[in-house]
Amino acid sequence: MTFQMFLFYFFATIQVFAGLRMISVRNPVHAALFLVLSFVCAASLWILMEAEFLGLLIVLVYVGAVLVLFLFVVMMLDINIAQIREGFARYLPIAAVAALVMVVQMIWVLNDKVFKASAPPPALPEYNNTEALGEVLYTQYVLQFEIAAVILLVAIIAAIALTLRKRPTTKYQNPGEQIKVKRNDRVRLVQMKAEKNEVEPE
Amino acid sequence: MKTLSLLVPLAPLIGSMIAGLFGGRIGRRGAHSVTILGVAVSFVAALFVFNAVTLQGQGPINFTLYQWALSDGVGFQVGFLLDNLTTLMMIVVTFVSLMVHIYTIGYMADDEHNWPKGSLAGKNSYQRFFSYISLFTFSMLMLVMANNFMQLFFGWEAVGLVSYLLIGFWASRESAVYANLKAFLVNRVGDFGFLLGIATLLMFAGSMDYMTVFGTVKQLSEQSINIFGSTEWSVITVACILLFIGAMGKSAQVPLHVWLPDSMEGPTPISALIHAATMVTAGIFMVARMSPLFEHSEVALSFVMVIGALTAFFMGLIGIVQNDIKRVVAYSTLSQLGYMTVGLGASAYAASVFHLMTHAFFKALLFLAAGSVIIAMHHEQDMRKMGGLRKYMPITYLTSLVGSLALIGFPGFSGFFSKDAIIEAVKLSELPGSGFAYLMVLLGVFVTAFYSFRMFFLVFHTKERMDQHTKEHLKESPWVVTVPLLALAVPSLLAGVLIDPIVVGDYFKQVLFVDHHHAAIHHLTEHYHGVTAFILHGMTALPFWLAISGVATAAYIYLLHPEIAAAMKTKFRWLHAVLMNKYGFDDFNQRVFANGFTRIGGMFSQVGDRLLIDGLVNGTAKAVGVIAILSRHMQTGYLYHYTFVMILGLIGLVGWIVFSG
Amino acid sequence: MISLTHYLVLGAILFSISIAGIFLNRKNVIVLLMCIELMLLAVNTNFIAFSHYLHDITGQVFVFFILTVAAAEAAIGLAILVVLFRNKRTINVEALDDLKG
Repeated sequence: MTFQMFLFYFFATIQVFAGLRMISVRNPVHAALFLVLSFVCAASLWILMEAEFLGLLIVLVYVGAVLVLFLFVVMMLDINIAQIREGFARYLPIAAVAALVMVVQMIWVLNDKVFKASAPPPALPEYNNTEALGEVLYTQYVLQFEIAAVILLVAIIAAIALTLRKRPTTKYQNPGEQIKVKRNDRVRLVQMKAEKNEVEPE
Repeated sequence: MKTLSLLVPLAPLIGSMIAGLFGGRIGRRGAHSVTILGVAVSFVAALFVFNAVTLQGQGPINFTLYQWALSDGVGFQVGFLLDNLTTLMMIVVTFVSLMVHIYTIGYMADDEHNWPKGSLAGKNSYQRFFSYISLFTFSMLMLVMANNFMQLFFGWEAVGLVSYLLIGFWASRESAVYANLKAFLVNRVGDFGFLLGIATLLMFAGSMDYMTVFGTVKQLSEQSINIFGSTEWSVITVACILLFIGAMGKSAQVPLHVWLPDSMEGPTPISALIHAATMVTAGIFMVARMSPLFEHSEVALSFVMVIGALTAFFMGLIGIVQNDIKRVVAYSTLSQLGYMTVGLGASAYAASVFHLMTHAFFKALLFLAAGSVIIAMHHEQDMRKMGGLRKYMPITYLTSLVGSLALIGFPGFSGFFSKDAIIEAVKLSELPGSGFAYLMVLLGVFVTAFYSFRMFFLVFHTKERMDQHTKEHLKESPWVVTVPLLALAVPSLLAGVLIDPIVVGDYFKQVLFVDHHHAAIHHLTEHYHGVTAFILHGMTALPFWLAISGVATAAYIYLLHPEIAAAMKTKFRWLHAVLMNKYGFDDFNQRVFANGFTRIGGMFSQVGDRLLIDGLVNGTAKAVGVIAILSRHMQTGYLYHYTFVMILGLIGLVGWIVFSG
Repeated sequence: MISLTHYLVLGAILFSISIAGIFLNRKNVIVLLMCIELMLLAVNTNFIAFSHYLHDITGQVFVFFILTVAAAEAAIGLAILVVLFRNKRTINVEALDDLKG
């Protein structure tokens, strides 16, 4: 058993354990944290497969941003855990059967010789995964890359548009209104007699 | 010349359009002035054309004005054929029309009384009426002046349309609407045959032009077509019979005659113009025009003759029992049209056209006289409520007498010449069925005399049976009514002398074609020795004595012994009933065709529409609804249900891929 | 040596776990979203494994795009969740049956 083998089993075991815990813990905050663990393990495995750029990417983007977003939302929302956990036990057998069937099916496929690819030799020292990925990404897949950028932009706008709301109580300044103002809006000139009316003697 | 001949149909059209479209603005006076002017111009132009074409011998003129479509080598053209037949018809149509226009001023003067109060349709009805009769004049002129079948058909349908409009002129009366619908439907039957006839000719001759078709008649008579399986028919026979079916509709021959008596619902000027003098003669004119075709088919000629003979006798018989003054004249028209048709069947086209002309004069006269009586009687048409009008209406009386004598064929009057010529021609004809036809027309003479003078005596003689109020107001009609009567009385009296050129002369030499096998008219010519001799010969012939006996019988029964009529009525109750029912044609049509079609329609409505189509449409909607109600249970709205289904589907799909191969 | 099969089996197990998670946590939308993320992770692992063993960088490009779309999806999904909670005061899937036929 090589060291690499050991690393693989180590991270794979942690990852599977994290996945199982994620779907079974009561508290969604804990679930999110187990998901983080699972992602970190995945990142390690990807680096093991010489996909260093994506391994770092997933830690930075996913663990750093998306999963923090999950945590943020989970904590922000006031969730009734007891209600949500209803019927957990009742569905356990069904879930187990479904998952088992699925896994059996997928492993069954692996008997095929298509998947009998031999392990590649280790990459040369001067091999740069980021550069290799960038080379295809900015040439062959440049249009798709642009589309992905647009999708992200749309997602940003959509997320903001969905959650943005005006509170009637908020106070703010509107510079446009301020500049547009005219004298008549502010000052009212009234004409008054200089003297008081004569008061009728009693 | 062409311009002049175009003026003939267009002047009435322009008049009609002005009166019809601007009727409200130009008022009554404007409407009748402009239409009468149009028809007068037309009449004068027709005279000029007649002068040029017939008298100076410039004709026949055949020209195409405009071709509005050319399809597969067949041209659809507006063209005119001016020959002796056309010019004669043009003069008859425009003259009678002019008389009727003038007469209408008097007849329709107080048309408001014929409409319900405040009726919108009654507004400007006077102007509309003038517009219609001018439009009719235009249509009829287009019909007679046509040089091709397309235009003939156009005129044919246009007169049918105007006839429909005018029969139902008083649209607020249910009977009028019923009558015009009936006229229209019955004419459709005839027109269907007519159209098929034209189509047959187009198919085999490849042209719509008269001259081209007449030119190919030799080949046509040798061809044959199969109808109803394997029966072989000569093309020419089929075409002629189909064309004649059209003529049967328009000229009211048995069994398509049922519309004509009912059409008396229209105003009287119309009855005179359309249903006596001109439109109904369109069929006669058409057959005469097609003489080159008919001459090649003895079968068709026999058919024509027998139908005409049946109409001539049996329709006259109905006239005896009618009490409505206009209906008597209407049945007399049917009978006279039968005479013309018999003449056509006997190949005596000239005699038929001649009878058409004289009949146009005296029948228009009789109708207008009847209308004059009706005006005087405050729109009462029942002869049983008239009597003794002679001393109140001397002009109407005299002109009616002239008309009646002309109708029964009294020697010297116009009807005598034309009718005698037809009877002689039938006698000489050798076609199958001519013996029967001869018997029918002879008996018809007696019947004609009898019903004509029955009417004449009941209206003008006998004791006065009208109520007191009407009696006080009885007076002769105004000059606009009496002038046309007098103007029509003249040709009714004198037109007979034209027999010399028209029938025995060579007036129609280039126009009407008579095969030498059916040369009845030639024999007639051989026996003809001048007008006086013809009258003298007529005095000694059988038809004259039959007519005299008819008049005598009428006089004996209705003047001297009115109780005989009642006695006869009770004695021959069944015969009277048969005649009153008009041989049951109406009942038959009502039962078999009207009810039959209603029932078939009902069946189609029930089975075809409600059951099948509605069932299909509604059933589709219902099926969609049912499926939707069932399938909406699948839409629980719960996210996890959809997820489950997706996952199960995924498992199934992967399983299928993995384990299948 | 670690073979391709090792990674593929790992991917399959992770995938199945997330399916089981969807079944189990059917009422909790947040955990459902997390399960979907895990599922995508499993798929990505497969892609990278294929990329590595078949010497084809395209697999990594795919992962790149999947990550993009997954990030967008997570952002929008969470935004929807927030709006949903704001309107309904719950994120219980059982209460979300407005589209019931």
